Amino acid sequence: MQIPAVPKDVDWREFFIEQLIRLMGVSAIALVLLIFLFLVREGVPALLEVPLSNLLGQRWYPTFEIYGLAPLVLGSLLVTVGAIAISLPLGVATAIFIGEIAPEWVREILKPAIEVIAGIPSVVIGFIGILVVSPLVREFSGAPTGLTALTGVLLLAYMALPTIISIAEDALDAVPDSYRHAAYALSATQWQTIWRVVLPAARPGIITAVMLGVGRAIGETMTVMMVAGNAARMPLGLDAFLRPVRTMTATIAAEMGEVARGSTHYHVLFVVGLTLFVLTFVINLAAALAIFREKRGGGRRFLA
Amino acid sequence: MKVVKGIGRGSLSPISSPGLLLFSLLLFLLCACSGSGPTDPITPQLSVVNVGSDTMVNLALAWAEAYHELHPEVSISVTGGGSGTGIASLINGSTDIANASREMKEEEFEQAEEQGIAPVEHVVAMDAIAVVVNPGNPLDQLSIPQISDLFTGRITVWQELGGENRPVILASRESNSGTYVYFLEKVVQRDDPDNHDLFSPEALLLPSSEVIGLEVSQNPNAIGYDGLGYVTPDQKALKLAVDQTGPFVAPTIETVKDGTYPIARPLYMYTRGEPTGPIKEYLDWIMSDDGQKIVAELGFVPLSDS
Repeated sequence: MQIPAVPKDVDWREFFIEQLIRLMGVSAIALVLLIFLFLVREGVPALLEVPLSNLLGQRWYPTFEIYGLAPLVLGSLLVTVGAIAISLPLGVATAIFIGEIAPEWVREILKPAIEVIAGIPSVVIGFIGILVVSPLVREFSGAPTGLTALTGVLLLAYMALPTIISIAEDALDAVPDSYRHAAYALSATQWQTIWRVVLPAARPGIITAVMLGVGRAIGETMTVMMVAGNAARMPLGLDAFLRPVRTMTATIAAEMGEVARGSTHYHVLFVVGLTLFVLTFVINLAAALAIFREKRGGGRRFLA
Repeated sequence: MKVVKGIGRGSLSPISSPGLLLFSLLLFLLCACSGSGPTDPITPQLSVVNVGSDTMVNLALAWAEAYHELHPEVSISVTGGGSGTGIASLINGSTDIANASREMKEEEFEQAEEQGIAPVEHVVAMDAIAVVVNPGNPLDQLSIPQISDLFTGRITVWQELGGENRPVILASRESNSGTYVYFLEKVVQRDDPDNHDLFSPEALLLPSSEVIGLEVSQNPNAIGYDGLGYVTPDQKALKLAVDQTGPFVAPTIETVKDGTYPIARPLYMYTRGEPTGPIKEYLDWIMSDDGQKIVAELGFVPLSDS
C-alpha cells in the first residue's frame, strides 16, 4: 500500500499535539504522586510523635492527644458500604431501564434529569438531610436522634446514584448489538437477554461505575458532616446504622481549620488523610484486578 | 489501530477527545496559574479583616455593618469558623482581628511569638452559656454536676433526673469551638483542673450553633449548650445552679451582670500588637455605648451598665 507524502507542517502539528498529550498523561500521574508524597511528608512526624498504640486506639479526643483512628476508619467504611448497598442495585436497575428498556423519548428526559442530580451541591443535600431526612429517620426507626449513620447513608446513596447510573449506562451501551441479536436468535426473552448476556458482558464497566460511586461516597465531606452526628464512637454492633458516626473526611474538615501548623494534631490529621488515600487506592486496585482477571478468564465463555 | 476486545471498555468513549483535550488544557493552565504561590495578604488602607468565633459572628457582623454606616470609608469583612480558626489566622497573618469566645492558649501565644506577633487581648462583651432542651422536656432546672453526669455519659436516660423515660442525646459543638472548650472546662470538668472527664463518645459534634438549635428544637431527647444569643423560642434554656442546693438561676442579661448565673464568660477580640489607626478606632467604638447597645440587642451581655 502506498502512503501519500505528508506535508512538513502537518508533521510538526502532529508531533506537538502528541507531546502535549504525553505531558498531560504524565502530569496526571505525577500530581497523584506529589499529593501522596506531600501527605507522607506531613504525616510522618505524627508517626514519630504519637505511639502506634495510641493511633490504633478506639477513642478520638484530639484535644487530649488521644488519636485513635479506628472509629474514624470504621465510620467511613460503614457509611460507604451502606451507601453502595443501596445505590448499586438502584443505579444498575435504572441504567438497564434507560439503556435497554425505555423508549427513546423517556430516555431523552431521564438522562439529563440524572445529570441534574449530580449537579446539586452537597451543602444543599446536607441541608435537606437535616430538615427533612433526619426527622423522618428518627420517627420511622425509633432511634434517639435523627443524626445517624443511616441518614448519611441515605444521602450518600442519592449522591452516588448519578455517577453509577451514567457509567453503568455507558457500559451497557458499549455492548455490541450483535450480542443482543444472537440472544434473540436463540429465542431468549428480553429479560433473559439483559440478565444473562448484556449485564455479564458489561460487568467490567459496571465495576468501574461502582468504584467511582465508592469514591464519591467515601470522599464526601459536607453532607456527612451535617447529618451523621460526628460522634467518634466505634460503629460496631447491629444498631450502628441508627447511631451517630464520624467519618475521616468530616474529621479533617472540622478540625483542620483549628489546628496550629506543625502541631501533633496537625500531623495526625495528615495521617487520617493518608489513611483515606491508601484505603481508596486499595479499593480501586482490587477493582482493577477483578476486571483484569475477568477479561483474561471470563471473556472466552461467550465465544465458546 | 488496536481493536479493543474487552467488553465495556468503551465506557469513557462518549467524551469527545477534542473536548477532553481542551478541558485538560484549561485545567492545566489553571493549575499553572495558581501555582505561582500565595500572594501577600496586603490589605488596602481601610479594610479590616475579622475572623473567628462562630458564637460571635452575628455580633461581629452587626458591629461591622453599623460601623460601616458611620464610617463608609472603612469596610470590615467578618468570617466565622471558630475561635481556634480565628487565632490561627491571626498567627499566620491572614486576619487583623481574631474573635474568640475563649482565652488564647499558652501554646498559641508561643506560636504567635515564633511568628513575631504579640497578640493583645480586648474583652468586648460578655456571654452566658445556656443549656437548652426541647420545650417538651418536663425538666426546668439542673445543677452543674448533673449536667456533667449527662455530658460524660454517666446518665443516659432522662428518668434518672426525674424526667421522662427517654434516652439522652447530647448535642455538642465541634472541638474547634471556643464554646466547646469553655463548656468542657467549666461544666463537664466542673472547673477542676485535676478533673479529666471528657465528653461522652456518643455526643453529637455539630458544626454550628444553628444545627444544635435545630436538633434540640426537633428532638425531645436532646440536650445542648450554646451562647445566650442563639436561644430561640423553640428551645428551653434551663435554670442552672452550682450544686444541688441551688439557687437555680435562669440565663438573662441581669443574672450574668450580677454574677449569679454560673456559666458566663467574656468574649474577646485579639489584635496583632497594640491596635493602631482604623483598627484602634473600630475597637474604641465597640467599647463605646453605641457599640455595647448592639451587644444587648443581639442577646449578649454588654460590658458597661449604660
